[in-house]
Amino acid sequence: MHISLAAAAIDPWIVVFSLVTVAITIYMGFRSAKTSKTAGDFFVAGRSVSVGWNASAISGEYLSAASFMGIAGMVMSSGYDALWYPVCYACGYLFLLLFIAGPLRRFGAYTIPDFAEGRFDSPLFRKIAVVFVLFIGFFYTMPQMKGAGTTLAYIFPGMPYWGGVALVGGVITLNVSLGGMKGITLVQALQYWMKLFAITVPIFVLMFVYGGYNQNLAANSSKQTPAVVQNIERKPLVEKAPKDEAWIAPFGPLTTKAAKAAHLTPEQSRPYSLLYTYSLIIALVCGTAGLPHILVRFYTNPDGVAAKRTTMWVMILIGVFYVFPPVFGVIGRNFLPELYNATGSKGPDKVVLELPTLIREKYGIFGSILSGITCAGAFAAFMSTFSGLLVSMTGALAHDVYGRMLRPNSTPEQRMFAFKIAAILIGVVSVILGCFVEPLEINFMVGQAFAIAAASYFPLLFMSVWWRGMTMAGAATGMLTGGIFALIAAALTNASNLALDKGPMGKIFAGFAPLNPFWVEHPLLRILCEQPAIWTVPLAISLMVLVSKLTSAKIPADVESKMLVLHAPEALGYRQDYIAEQVSGH
Amino acid sequence: MALPSGQKRTAFLHYLMARQLRLSILCALTFLVLLLGLPLANYFLPDLMATRLFGFTLSWFVLGIAFFPYVWIISFFFIRRSLALEAEEVAKAK
Repeated sequence: MHISLAAAAIDPWIVVFSLVTVAITIYMGFRSAKTSKTAGDFFVAGRSVSVGWNASAISGEYLSAASFMGIAGMVMSSGYDALWYPVCYACGYLFLLLFIAGPLRRFGAYTIPDFAEGRFDSPLFRKIAVVFVLFIGFFYTMPQMKGAGTTLAYIFPGMPYWGGVALVGGVITLNVSLGGMKGITLVQALQYWMKLFAITVPIFVLMFVYGGYNQNLAANSSKQTPAVVQNIERKPLVEKAPKDEAWIAPFGPLTTKAAKAAHLTPEQSRPYSLLYTYSLIIALVCGTAGLPHILVRFYTNPDGVAAKRTTMWVMILIGVFYVFPPVFGVIGRNFLPELYNATGSKGPDKVVLELPTLIREKYGIFGSILSGITCAGAFAAFMSTFSGLLVSMTGALAHDVYGRMLRPNSTPEQRMFAFKIAAILIGVVSVILGCFVEPLEINFMVGQAFAIAAASYFPLLFMSVWWRGMTMAGAATGMLTGGIFALIAAALTNASNLALDKGPMGKIFAGFAPLNPFWVEHPLLRILCEQPAIWTVPLAISLMVLVSKLTSAKIPADVESKMLVLHAPEALGYRQDYIAEQVSGH
Repeated sequence: MALPSGQKRTAFLHYLMARQLRLSILCALTFLVLLLGLPLANYFLPDLMATRLFGFTLSWFVLGIAFFPYVWIISFFFIRRSLALEAEEVAKAK
């Protein structure tokens, strides 16, 4: 009875579009499984991907559930402050381009742990560095899983959240363990264009029907200027929604939450908001340059010049995309305010999926098709990002832990087998973690993964590329201290947020409940814990400098040749791929 | 090509890194002026930043729309200069 009721609410158009997306992803994975034979194909697609393909693939992998669903949800719930996310997600690539992309590709290693080992001649450092591929990867995976659970619960109204997480996790894990990276490169590139299509087409129709981006914003009054309503018939805001003045202006609900909880006056809480904003900016901009699943793709460029060109194209492709998700949030605030009343997978995080159904009420089947398109886009978003994360985490386990630490003499066949086992292992852990995070905001969780990357890999790469005086001890101390502090801060924030949940998670995390009154007493500590980058990034860099100075006798002897490999143009012939196609030649 | 050795090599490395780093820092500063300046403008000039521009507030317009092309221009300039520098370096080394 219950099932048939739920089935009645399923929109066949949405199911068809979503199924087609999933089918294409799986088909291409299987198809490429036939062509990717060697380990080199699996890890970096034989280093033969063109700039256009690679830029689309990087963008496709990068635009995750946070970009597709999370930003819209957060702009709707928090207003202006949430705009920093899309802007910094896109503009963080500039730091990557300016300081890291070219040199890193010239060095010619597969992964960041390869780079860490090669730059400092230290197998020990590889073991330390590989840990963060997994830390950052799992933090990034959790919000993708929430995206999957939310979308499936929306498409199949009777389906439990965990069911969606398990289903999507299982499908992708199977796909990756069969196809590897080469399949993924093609799929990712295609998925960028699908996502761009899926976000732009519905939003242009919505803007045509419900008024433009600017008109919908103009309907919200700010403290200085009252609403200029131009044919926008807003629905009345519900009680839980933030007021117009706080929503449209900087330093709104997102950045003042901690200070407000501490009962500070608006005037007193402003400096806290500024601090929060800066810390968020540092996390996102530096974090982009330290994401392992993105950096691994730079090795698929044929050379450093192509790596730079690719980065510029990525910035254009994702920049174009990022203009649109906030528009969903802005229109959603005016026309779907009832979402403010719900939390978890029923709250603002689903505004991208829900908004096109308003068209369905007006224009029937046309609205269903649009809603189907956004659901397909959401599928493309969490499937592509999860695939990419799975490849890089699996690569870390199979290539670094198994192939270099446990069994250095293993045959290519054994390594391929290890890749498959590792993919399944990581897929299972991701699904389990994903089941815990339903009450947390998608976009916020992705921000935390950026904060950990910003305090660990970014300082490592930036300093190792540009400073000759760095030693392994310095690099390791800085990366570990910064990264682990950021990790602890993110975990504490999440645990105390989950303790507030009224559902089962509140019971599981009840042990962390006492943290919440502590945060009320100490709003500054709460902000530094919620957005740790402002102290963890400088901490990591200063420790790198300090410890390297103390251990300066241990600067790698051939540091100059390494630096020449990093910085000299390829035409001069210093380059030697660090992992000299040792396996792909078979 | 054979590796140059000794002092000549050290000098060449200094030359390479200094030129590329100078360009990178110049571009980064241009970017940071807007990125770090916008929160300050929001903080100290709230009335100005709330001015309406086509219905957006000025602050929303800058962050939500104008920021993207600004960064594209910087990266376009960087790539052009950086590739030109590489060509000069190759010419100098040969």
